[in-house]
Amino acid sequence: MRKILFYSALLLVILASPFLFPDFRTQLATLWLMIIVSLTWDMTGGQMGYNSLGNIFFYGTGMYVAALITIGMVHPVGEYTDASRSELMLFTDGQYFTGVLVGCLGAGLFCAVSAAILGYVTFGLRGPYFAIGTLGIAIAAGELVSNWDWVGGGQGIQLPVYPGNLDIGKLFFYFLFAGTGVALFIFCKWLYGTRFGAAVNAIRDDEEKAEAMGIHTLRYKLTAWALSAFFVGVAGGISAFQLIHFEPLETAYQTINLGIFMVVCVLLGGKGTLWGPVIGAIAFHVIKEVTWNYLLGWQWVALGALIVVTVVYFQDGIMGWLVHKRPEWFGIRVEKKDVGEEAA
Amino acid sequence: MDQILGNISLLFQFPVVNLKIVVDGLMIGAIFALSAYGLALVWGVMNVKNLAQGDFVIAGGYVAWWLAKKGMPPLLGVPVAFVVMWGLGWIAYKLVIARVIERDLFTSLLATFGLAIIMAQMLNLLFGSDTQSIQLQYDTLYLFDGFVDIPIAKLLGVLMAAALAAGVVLFMKNSRMGQAIRATAQDARAARVLGIDTEKVYSFTFSLNAAICGAAGAIIVMVWVIQPFYGITHSVRSFVIVTAAGLGNLPGVIAAGLGIGIAEQYGAHIFGIGYQQAIAVLLLLLVLVFRLIQQRRMRQSLK
Repeated sequence: MRKILFYSALLLVILASPFLFPDFRTQLATLWLMIIVSLTWDMTGGQMGYNSLGNIFFYGTGMYVAALITIGMVHPVGEYTDASRSELMLFTDGQYFTGVLVGCLGAGLFCAVSAAILGYVTFGLRGPYFAIGTLGIAIAAGELVSNWDWVGGGQGIQLPVYPGNLDIGKLFFYFLFAGTGVALFIFCKWLYGTRFGAAVNAIRDDEEKAEAMGIHTLRYKLTAWALSAFFVGVAGGISAFQLIHFEPLETAYQTINLGIFMVVCVLLGGKGTLWGPVIGAIAFHVIKEVTWNYLLGWQWVALGALIVVTVVYFQDGIMGWLVHKRPEWFGIRVEKKDVGEEAA
Repeated sequence: MDQILGNISLLFQFPVVNLKIVVDGLMIGAIFALSAYGLALVWGVMNVKNLAQGDFVIAGGYVAWWLAKKGMPPLLGVPVAFVVMWGLGWIAYKLVIARVIERDLFTSLLATFGLAIIMAQMLNLLFGSDTQSIQLQYDTLYLFDGFVDIPIAKLLGVLMAAALAAGVVLFMKNSRMGQAIRATAQDARAARVLGIDTEKVYSFTFSLNAAICGAAGAIIVMVWVIQPFYGITHSVRSFVIVTAAGLGNLPGVIAAGLGIGIAEQYGAHIFGIGYQQAIAVLLLLLVLVFRLIQQRRMRQSLK
């Protein structure tokens, strides 16, 4: 009963917040983006123990695929992205909304398939090699796309603006992100309770033993990565429409921005927990916006320092700290004797 | 596509172009090998994967560039960068690295990534985001009817890199500290039992690595260009070289460094200069996949 009350109150906050804070609609949408990417990073990083530094690859690829699908359904892509194009290429309302729907879903599917293919190569790598390998994929993809003229090269792609009232447009994108985020959260909550979640956790704890127990580890790893890539791809697609114009290195394959933020969010909130990424993303976003506003010019230094401090001194994150301080909230019973021994 | 084929056919029509690419690649690769050797040292001794490696290189470059701008002789920048980066490396060790040695490998990777972001941004704030280089007033040697040009400055850079590498190798072989470092790399616990202050060895090793990188950067700024955000590419190159060569394999590191220098020059010639960064990264992926296939084969014998 208390749970139902809690979740319905939460849902009410989600639905009401863009109307309560109309000036912050874009900010809130970005917050949802952070929550989505953090939750998806935790699917492999926290639950499976495979720390990818290259999940931003799926974000950038999602952006491009969504944009190319939308453009390709109406206009020839090569002419549309040509920098010297002079005539206008317009989209009707119907074409725009079909583009958003088909583009984002197509982006998710494309990313899931590419995760399954890339996983064949990268999942042979263990520990830090996996992190470096995936980081390499993201950097290489950004460099290659910025040299590919058919998709606009270094200039990036200009998408059509939301047709109609722009305030309604902000609401539209907020609810797209929020809907994806809520769906992802419910999906994760369900997934971590299933046999699949248990198998993935077994891979994190000891991959050799998991394999010896008869778990087909590669299949589980590929599925988990493909699932997380699907949601990152969808989020990337929505971002593409929200940002209107994007270019490869700074927006799409932004390795050192969002690509590293999602890892820090998860570490800050608590790795391998359901609520950790959500709390971490909210805390990180607030810290980031405050430093962005008050430490002009030094914000990156502050963020780098935050990363170092989080990683070095506070790796269990907020949730880990809470579990340690208030184990009874999580249904963990601590026997009196153990406490006495610990204190002694 | 036609352009790529044209570039390839050019290599066959004029074989002397190959020679120019190889010479250029060797000269750049010698400097890559230097920072890769530092990475191999830190990786082997304290098991820290330093993603800030390239940013140490760039920081050393800026030290030399700043000195040259103040009117000092440019060659003085190399020893000064060595000393300054030694100090910076020591500070970085005490603040961050000392606390991640015992932790799992991803921690050190992420912590040094944070360090890399801080350093790149500090350099950006201090010196601006333009590309910088030092122009040395030396002649250029022309060989083979002017097809192969070797600027004396670059040759000087290679010689300095070789001298530095030789100095480090001699130091590791003969001095007490070098012996202590090698002993710690073999077995830190046994070294501690035998009375080696491993904490001191760690801080010395990391400072030495930063200093080597700084000197490499001071050479790079004379023969090439630097920019605050070029660090990550240098880090990736170091990782490519060390992963390809393996730890504790100095001839391998040098060979791999020269090899990646040549491969990058060929790639830039065939695909165009815009792909140079992408080629460095793709080489890393190729090396990783190659190592993976090697290990797969080993694993099959266990079945």
